[in-house]
Parts: sequence; structure tokens; C-alpha cells
Amino acid sequence: MTYFPKVHGRSLQAGFSRRRFVTGLLGGSAALGMMPALGTLAAPSGPHLQGAAAKGPEVISGHDFQLDIGYLPVNFTGRDRVATAVNGSVPAPVLRWREGDRVRLKVTNHLSHDSSIHWHGMILPTSMDGVPGLSFDGIKPGQSYEYQFEVQQNGTYWYHSHSGFQEQTGLYGAIVIDPLEPDPVTYDREHVILLSDWSDTAPEDIYANLKKQSDYYNYQERTAEDLWQDIQRKGVAQTWRDRAMWNQMRMSQADISDVTGSTYTYLINGVTPAAGWQGLFQRGEKVRLRFINGSAMTIFDVRIPGLTMTVVAADGQNVEPVTVDEFRIGTAETYDVIVEPSADSAYTIFAQNMDRSGYARGTLTPDPAWQAEIPALETPPLLSHRDMGMAMAGMDDRHGTSQKHDMQDRHDAPPMDGMDHSQHSMGNKSGMQTMGETHRHHAPGQMTTSELGKAGFGSTATIQHVRTEFGPQVDMRTAEPMDGLPDPGVGLRDHQQRYGRRVLTYADLRNLTPTRDRREPSREIEIHLTGNMHRYMWSMNGVKFADAEPLQLTHGERVRILLVNDTMMTHPIHLHGLWSELETGDPERIPRKHTILVQPGAKISYLVTADALGRWAYHCHLMFHMPGMFREVRVSHGGVS
Amino acid sequence: MRNMLRGVTPHGVWLWLLTGGLLAAATVVQAGSKDDPLLSSLRVTQLEARDGEDGNPGVLEADAWLGYDLQKLWLKVDAERVAGITEEAQVQALYSRAVAPFWDLQLGLRKDFQPTPDRSWAVLGVQGMAPYRFEIDAALFLGESGRTGLRLNVEYELLLTQRLILTPEAELNLYGQNDEAVGAGAGLSASEIGLRLRYEIRREFAPYMGVNWSKKYGTTADYAKAEGEATDDWQWVVGVRFWF
Repeated sequence: MTYFPKVHGRSLQAGFSRRRFVTGLLGGSAALGMMPALGTLAAPSGPHLQGAAAKGPEVISGHDFQLDIGYLPVNFTGRDRVATAVNGSVPAPVLRWREGDRVRLKVTNHLSHDSSIHWHGMILPTSMDGVPGLSFDGIKPGQSYEYQFEVQQNGTYWYHSHSGFQEQTGLYGAIVIDPLEPDPVTYDREHVILLSDWSDTAPEDIYANLKKQSDYYNYQERTAEDLWQDIQRKGVAQTWRDRAMWNQMRMSQADISDVTGSTYTYLINGVTPAAGWQGLFQRGEKVRLRFINGSAMTIFDVRIPGLTMTVVAADGQNVEPVTVDEFRIGTAETYDVIVEPSADSAYTIFAQNMDRSGYARGTLTPDPAWQAEIPALETPPLLSHRDMGMAMAGMDDRHGTSQKHDMQDRHDAPPMDGMDHSQHSMGNKSGMQTMGETHRHHAPGQMTTSELGKAGFGSTATIQHVRTEFGPQVDMRTAEPMDGLPDPGVGLRDHQQRYGRRVLTYADLRNLTPTRDRREPSREIEIHLTGNMHRYMWSMNGVKFADAEPLQLTHGERVRILLVNDTMMTHPIHLHGLWSELETGDPERIPRKHTILVQPGAKISYLVTADALGRWAYHCHLMFHMPGMFREVRVSHGGVS
Repeated sequence: MRNMLRGVTPHGVWLWLLTGGLLAAATVVQAGSKDDPLLSSLRVTQLEARDGEDGNPGVLEADAWLGYDLQKLWLKVDAERVAGITEEAQVQALYSRAVAPFWDLQLGLRKDFQPTPDRSWAVLGVQGMAPYRFEIDAALFLGESGRTGLRLNVEYELLLTQRLILTPEAELNLYGQNDEAVGAGAGLSASEIGLRLRYEIRREFAPYMGVNWSKKYGTTADYAKAEGEATDDWQWVVGVRFWF
């Protein structure tokens, strides 16, 4: 069943065979007692495996797969814990498929509670999508479910549980799909870089802690020392003015990540920063790195000091190559990059959490004995007024140059070809009233406008806050949301000026092949991402999933979704079953994504072709936002329009 | 335990039982994957020994809640013991409902077991966070025989470091009429201002030290003088704050 596919002349076997040896050697003993019945057992990759070189999960390929979900004792931090594993492995095995194949995956649940597997980013029938309550009933303890579908795409994807909070406890793995046609991307060697976060604390307890004290995990709040420095630098009056808005709104400028490195250990392919995952290369090789953010609650900023990275695919879809020094990868996103290490030396793959409270680390090296220097974590970023959706205000930061950055940020941001946002405020009165009326007759947040922005250029609608957004469940509404597209994001905006690093933004993404569906959107759905940080409640349009009606799409229609982020968190929004076609300003080359990062206090729009019937999940992929910030999208014949 | 309970009034025992019950309830956390699980919490915000000129009381200020994001049941306990005798013991049982992003409306009952004779009140309160991050707990009390009371508690947290936190706190108590039996006079009756410096060893556990200044006013001060008590007192405090 297991084979190692050849990729452009060089075998993956060299990279993977060592791993196979390691897992074979240690597998049995590590999982002893917990799951003796399972056939394929791999060791958890933890500090106790130090000394082994290239590590990571096993790769399994073919058409027929048996995946066993079970418990696995692990030790990532020095404390023994029990993880949720597939085939005795955390992360789950890498699944290697071929485009055009029909795959059968029998998934057996050996846990004492329900489980499921969702194939993230795969276009497949709704019954195969793996979302309990929408696709199927979930997999009961001791039961199996057979997934079967045709692989209609290629690239880098991943799979994970859609039950409970099992993603945090280890139920995630990579999917690599080889293309049917010759790959437009050439490379000599490849490595999967699966980023994740591990906590010794049970996810249910983390969630409860956040509900009781929303800044429970934030040990980077502003202190009296920061205040004193601000006063010395700017004087009392200016300091007061800079902080007034935050204080009045009872929000923290240092609220970047809900769950941080104070409890998370960040992993690459299941290996801790202390142990250090290793990927081998030979000098002069073109190496394809398939980055997957399989974390529960973490947005990573990735770079490899000494190497530029050419981004060739986003969310599995080929894009026109764009060379960067750094990129942000939201939870559930994937990016494929090509690196060409010309020197005979080791390089550190450095993925710091967006709030700089921790990092995942690995090494690319021609020699297993080599290590490269590990960069220091950067200064934790601060939110600016723009992250509240207030475009006019200056930005504070921890670096001491205050407002300058924000101004430069906005002026230096890549221009949006063909997009003139000053037009947005035109929004004519009659149009607004039409939308208002639509509200009264339809579910909140669904708007039909007669004058829609052109496909590929984004929404021109004037944003509105619907009635349901007002109440104790929502603590903020943007007044003037910025365009999230060209924004590198919180903590990255000054990297060009500060470090000379080119940071990827969504505005850089152009699909490699022409846009398939060239139709104009027939209507626009405006959805606001909402929440109350203090109470730790999350919702869309102020309504949580449990109280919400499904979003109705008519089969075959082309619609635009405009997301407005009325919170100060960055949300990775994932639509199942249908592509999210990001409007980056070029209608000819619209990139197709499955997960879209929505910047705080900002808006972003994408097109969706409702070409798959059924019930689909649509949600924030931050695991503790997901229970509330979730909608069912229902695609049916002759639905509401 | 036997020593702790020795010499405690029946009301004191009742209080200990209640506290124990809250502790037990708080350990039953039923968090599922639903967005709004039933949660409970017990917070002992002050458990401290005070050292002042007017005796060395032990003080307990605690609350517990059980409920959901927007609706909770609260219990609030205030007690003060001097030389093994519970001099002050109040319990409030409240239904709390979120009415604004940062504000909860709280309705319920308050029972003062000490000082005697005991007093019962209906409570109408608001609890939440005001702009500039002031934590507010304000309540109007309506008692028997037309008695009324008002309490305002304001607290602020200043982070000296991520774990070293300075908390100024002020409380005012007002009454609508004289109640000589329990030593409460009409108008502004008493104020308390505290400054506590805690160190969060964990989020849930922080020892602290600080100062507390209490003062009685008007008729309340007259009642105190008649009893031979001081009308104001500076106290050093040392204690522990914990929650789960």
C-alpha cells in the first residue's frame, strides 16, 4: 500500500525513509498499552525522540486507506499527556493522493466519544465532507465511516477532526495531491511543513478559562512601564490621547492572540522547537515546502533567514510565483513555496506566532548534524486604530516611532489596480434604502443590491450594521473598515521599512490559470464578523450559530460575499465545499482559496460559485471562535434569492 | 476544621457550609464543544488578615457564579471576623443578566446574618466595566420597614508587570434611615479605600499585601463612638486571592 512517488526524477524516499525507520523502531513501545490493536503505530514526535534527524509522520499513498482514530500517550513538554492520533501518529499520516483518482478512506473511531474527519479544502459531495450535523452524524465510538470521493484537484491540503476540540489534541494531518497534468511547479525535493499548537491543558479547560477571563493567556499586556515610556517619549497629553480610545472602549491594544505561547508549544510536523524538525536537501536543489497551518488557535508569520521564498500555491491552488521574505499563514491556510538554498549550510524555518509569544522551528540542512541560528522573537505588536475600523487615527506601536508607521503603511501599501476606494462612499441613497428594505424581508445580513461592484474588484457597497449586531453579545462595530486586501496584517506592517523584508499580502495573489467562472455576481451577501472579547462570545452579524438560519444559495449562482470584521481579532474564515475566490483586483486571475484571513476592523470580499448542492459549514477556523462564529451554507435548487 | 468552627455562631456555620457548597459547585465544570457551555466559577477576591488599631479582623470577600454567557446566578459573600467572632456576614443571591456589552443587571436578595438582628434586603444592582476600565459593582438595597441602602464599589487594575498588579479599590455605603440596632446611620455611612499589590503566581492564585482605610461618617460614626469603637482605621492587610 505504501509507496514513495517519484517527483521530477528525485525520489521522496530519501526524505521519508529515515522517518519510516524512526517510526518503525519506536512505534510499538511508545503506544504500548493504549492501542495495542492497531496495525500501524508510529511514535509521537517529542523531545524524547531527540537525536533522530528528519522526523514527522509517515506518508501513506494509494486509493484505499484505513485510518484509525485513537488515543496516544505523548510528551511534548516534559509532562505526559494523551493525544488524539490517527494510526498512532500525531500529526496524522501524510495522505498522498493523485488527481483524478477515486479514494476510499475507512475511518474507525477508537475514542470513547464521537469523532469525524473533514478533508479541508477538498471539493467533494457534502456527505463526504465530514462535518457532524451537516454532512453526517459523526462517527460514534467503535464505529467506522467510509469516505469515498473523486479527487478533482491537486496541491497541498490537510485533514482534521470536526468534532469537539480534537484539533488541538492532535487530530490533523497533511494531504498532498499529485497533479494529473505535468506540474507547472518544478522542484527537486519537497517537504511538508505542518504547523500546529499543542497544550498540556485540555481544550475544554482553555475555552472555560477564556470565558472566565478573556486575557487569561495574555502575558504581553501593556504595563506601567510601557505607560512611563510613552509619557517620557510623547508627554502626558499625547499619551492620554493615544490611549483614550482604547480605554474608553475597554479594549486592549495588546490583544493579539486569545491563546498564546504561555500554554502552547508550537510544532513543525509534530516536533517541538527544542527538538527541531529537520528537512534535508542537497546544495543547488529546488526545494518545495508545503506549509500547512494545522493549528487550533495560532496565526504564524513564517520566514527562513537567508532564503527568499517563491510562493507558488495558496490553499492548494497554483498562483503566479511571487517572491517574498516572509508570509503570514492563517489557521487552516496552506502555502507552497520554493526555496533554492545555494549555500552548503543549514537554514532555520522560523514560524513565530502573530503575537510573538512563541514559535515553531525547524531546520533545512544538507547535513543532519547542522543547525542554523534561531532568530529572536520580535517585539509583540500592538493593535492600531485602524484595527478598530477607524481609518483616520494614528497608530501606536512598541517601537517608539509612533504614528509614522501607520501613515507609511497606508501610503506604501501596494496600490490596488483599478480599485478606487474613494468611490465606496458614493453609495447612493436609494441603494441604501433598498438594502434596508431587504433586511426587513430577509435574514439579517443578506443584502441584494442592484449596483454591484465588478467581479474581481470587490464590493462597492456601503457597509451597514444590522439590528442583531446591537446588544450585549457585540462589543465593537467598525465605523470605517479599511480594505484588508493589501494589508500585511498586525505586526507585519512595518517589516519592509524596519527589516527590509518583503511580506506577502493577499493583493499579491494572482491565479496561475485564468478565472473559470467569468460571470458577474448576481447579488452580494454582507456578513459581519462579530464578538464580545470580554465575554468571549463570537458570532456573525451578532447571531451565534445556534440561533442562526442557514445562508441560502441557489445552485449555480455566482454571489459575492463581503466580510466585515467588527472585531479586533484576525479571523481565518473557511467555506466548505465551494471555493472562496478572492477579489484581488484582477478579474482574469482570481485566486481560489478555502480560507480567508480577515484583518481586524477591515473588510474583504470574494466570489462564490454555488456549484455544489447540499449543506456546508462556513466558519472562523480559530477553534474557540468556531462554535459561535459559524453558519450553515445551504445550496439548493431554487433557493431564496 | 474543629478548631476553625469552635466558637462560631450558628450563622457562621451556615456561612462555612455555603462556602463549601460553592467550592463543590465550582469544581463541576461542564464545558463541551457547544459555544455556550454551562460554567461555574468561585472567586475569593479577598481572604485576608488585617492589622489595625481597632482589632485585627479576618476578612472574606468572595463570589461564585453558575451560568451561561449572558445569564448567570451569582452568590456574593462578605464576612469579617474579629477574635473568633463573626462581626459581619452578608450573602447576596442574584440573578444576573447581560444588558450591554460590558454590563450585567443583577436582581436578588441580600441577607445580613451579622451584625444582629439580621436584616433582609431586595437587591437591584449593576455590575460591569466602565470606560477607562473601572470595574464597577453598584447596588440599591430595599429592606423591611422602608429601609434603603446603596453601595458603590469601584476597582481598577494597574499592571506593574504582567504578574505584579496594583489594585486601588473604593467602596461607599449609604443608608436611607437610621438603624441603630446594627449601627447604620442615615446618609453616607461608611467608606473603605484599599490598595493591594498582588503577585499572580498563576492566574488563579495570587498572594497580596496592601493597606486599607475605613471610615465611618455621621450618625454611623456616632453609633460607633457610643460602642467605644474607632470611626476610622488604617490597616495593613495580607492575604490571598484565588479563583477557579
